[in-house]
Amino acid sequence: MAVPDVKEKWSNAINAVTIGATKDEGGTRASTVTVGGQNTLPFMTFEGECPNKPVIAGYVADTVPDWPDVLKNAIGDEINSPVEWAQKCVQDFGVDLICLKLLSADPNINDASPEECAKTVKAVLEAVDVPLIIWGCDDDDKDNVVMPECSQAARGENCLLGSAKVSNYRTMVAICKADKHKVISEAPCDINLGKQVNILLQDADFDLKDVIGYQTTGALGYGLDYIYTILERARITGMQGDKLMAMPQICDIGGETWRAKEAVADDDILPGWGKLAKRGPMWEAVCAGNYLQAGADILVMAHPEAIKIMQQTITKLI
Amino acid sequence: MAITGMQIYKLLPKTNCKDCGLPTCMAFAMQIAAKQKALSDCPHVSDEAQSELSDASAPPMKLIKIGAGDAAFQCGQETVMFRHEEKFHNGTGVAVRIPASLSDAECLAKVEAINNSVFQRVGEELKTALVAVEVDGCSDPAGRAKAVADKSKVPLILMGKEADRLKAALDAVKDQKPLVFKADAGTVDVLAEACAAAKAPLAVSAGSLDELAEVAGKAKNKGVEEIVLAFGSENVGETLRNLTVARRAALKKTFRALGYPALVDIQADTPELAVVLASSFAAKYASIVVMDVVEPWAILPILTTVQNIYTDPQVPNTVEAKLYEVGSPNENSPVMFTTNFSLTYFSVEGEVERSKIPSYICVVETEGLGVLNAYAGDKISAEKVIETLKTQGVADKVKHRKLIIPGLLPIFRAELEDDSEWKEVIIGPETASKIPAFLNEVWK
Repeated sequence: MAVPDVKEKWSNAINAVTIGATKDEGGTRASTVTVGGQNTLPFMTFEGECPNKPVIAGYVADTVPDWPDVLKNAIGDEINSPVEWAQKCVQDFGVDLICLKLLSADPNINDASPEECAKTVKAVLEAVDVPLIIWGCDDDDKDNVVMPECSQAARGENCLLGSAKVSNYRTMVAICKADKHKVISEAPCDINLGKQVNILLQDADFDLKDVIGYQTTGALGYGLDYIYTILERARITGMQGDKLMAMPQICDIGGETWRAKEAVADDDILPGWGKLAKRGPMWEAVCAGNYLQAGADILVMAHPEAIKIMQQTITKLI
Repeated sequence: MAITGMQIYKLLPKTNCKDCGLPTCMAFAMQIAAKQKALSDCPHVSDEAQSELSDASAPPMKLIKIGAGDAAFQCGQETVMFRHEEKFHNGTGVAVRIPASLSDAECLAKVEAINNSVFQRVGEELKTALVAVEVDGCSDPAGRAKAVADKSKVPLILMGKEADRLKAALDAVKDQKPLVFKADAGTVDVLAEACAAAKAPLAVSAGSLDELAEVAGKAKNKGVEEIVLAFGSENVGETLRNLTVARRAALKKTFRALGYPALVDIQADTPELAVVLASSFAAKYASIVVMDVVEPWAILPILTTVQNIYTDPQVPNTVEAKLYEVGSPNENSPVMFTTNFSLTYFSVEGEVERSKIPSYICVVETEGLGVLNAYAGDKISAEKVIETLKTQGVADKVKHRKLIIPGLLPIFRAELEDDSEWKEVIIGPETASKIPAFLNEVWK
């Protein structure tokens, strides 16, 4: 019995965005990473193309995040140095690119100076040859002084810089344009706000084909459903022709997961829920796997075991 | 899929006799389509029309029950491809496999573990829904099925390819209405007969969707009412695509032969990979996933995925508006308030926990809206906060009169200080993630 044809025609494709620049392109990366470009729902290759597979960015910070021991130990002593941590991510964990978080710039953490942050960026760029995401500390005033220095330090490398928000997009747009980087447009858990930020970027004369969307990330069990649906709707809207929503999407899986109770508390606090050493990385991997189904293109991940499981998953899905 | 007034009109006598109380058959048809009238309100309608209409108005994906009585697991009757279009209805059930290779004692131990696979998470009970007993390679399939059925608190799936063994096992536990898994083109006739006789649901499988529709059709013709579409995970990408095609065919084209819920039998290189795949399939679009492992670290993430994905997106999740204690706060501990939108509350609660400073969180009823939306929608005001603090007796819990308010509501400060006993209002951070740094700074 022949099943009816249920293929759907999408009028538009998600933008293909390339991060990183090789020598020929004016940078020093060994290779680049391209995400997006799909004209169908995630992995639905029977009706369209998914030319670029989802990628994993290794979470690296310039100060040790407030994480449980199971995660810190799994990463190893290298966690104390962003350079060594990034190298381990590339060499041992096999990530596609590095997401460097400049947490130490946060006035409530180390209040690191723009020069110190730029030095870290340079050191990481020298230590690894994969493309780089550079993400500020999420304090607008501080990011506005730190990110320009870092952007300049990475000039020519075609990095992805985070993040442009309603509250501080002007600086981000100016530096990304000047130093030729891509930008993350951030809108917390609100698809309309997401569109609004993109309109602001467009009005500031920034090419939307150089934008990665970030609707923030809900950990598994903590608002995942909201972001899942926002990503799904954004993908559908983008493919239906809304150029303001046709961005590939990034999810900060590692950054969010390791705050969730299920990834922090062991079975002395959560009796009957299993050992944290197993539960924690599963919490991260399942969260990442779910977002892939919603349409995430870049997964920022932290635990080596979770990264490994997701690499296997991505191979199976495509 | 809803049927139109026109489709119904075609089934009516078209005599405009008014016996139904309406002036014309067309008007009557419109009322049926709007569910204001039933076809039986027409005294002249033919039996053929009756049965055609009941077929046409049946939900595009059938509701399937596995198990007997109150303990039955139900799945199917999904109506949309995406949760934002309406919602997903019947949460994916996790089934755990009992391999035939287990000894009787090991088998019962695993059933016990499945019975205990129950979790309380954010106010809901999550549990492993089904036990999947393998009968192929089992020396006494009927005995094994019976032993599991006697001990299990959850309904059964009988798993195998060998029709004789499946029939023997079904015969032993047919009162439990187990799902018989699975019939292919070669075994569908004999298994469908057995299931029809026992009124048990049957899972069908085939190499392609076209063949699957064929096999499902055969099972239906043999009198099986409840059918489940079975898929394997040897080729994950293909199964994912097939599940989408089958669901689209059922929901968008009312293709009845595939109008049933789907089951994915997860077989992966590692148990960790199996967990991620099971969760992915729970999202897209399996109603049952069969797993090998029963350990909480494996099951809980899948159940939490189902909990998230099957939440009604149109109904905000709320927590009870009351005073919550994080850690063991005392009379010197911080007091803060937030809204009753559960995502807001659990974010705040989690960050307060991380700060390691025991605190009181006063939750204000905002009809499930977050801070900004509640303010914009007039669901929260300084007056309401004062009233809530009073009702919850917060002032009796602490000696101080310092109140931490959401950073997004600095405008409340003056009114709170003027109109309540909370004379020192501290404006907190705008996002929950900054609470630990904030508390450690202001509450030394």
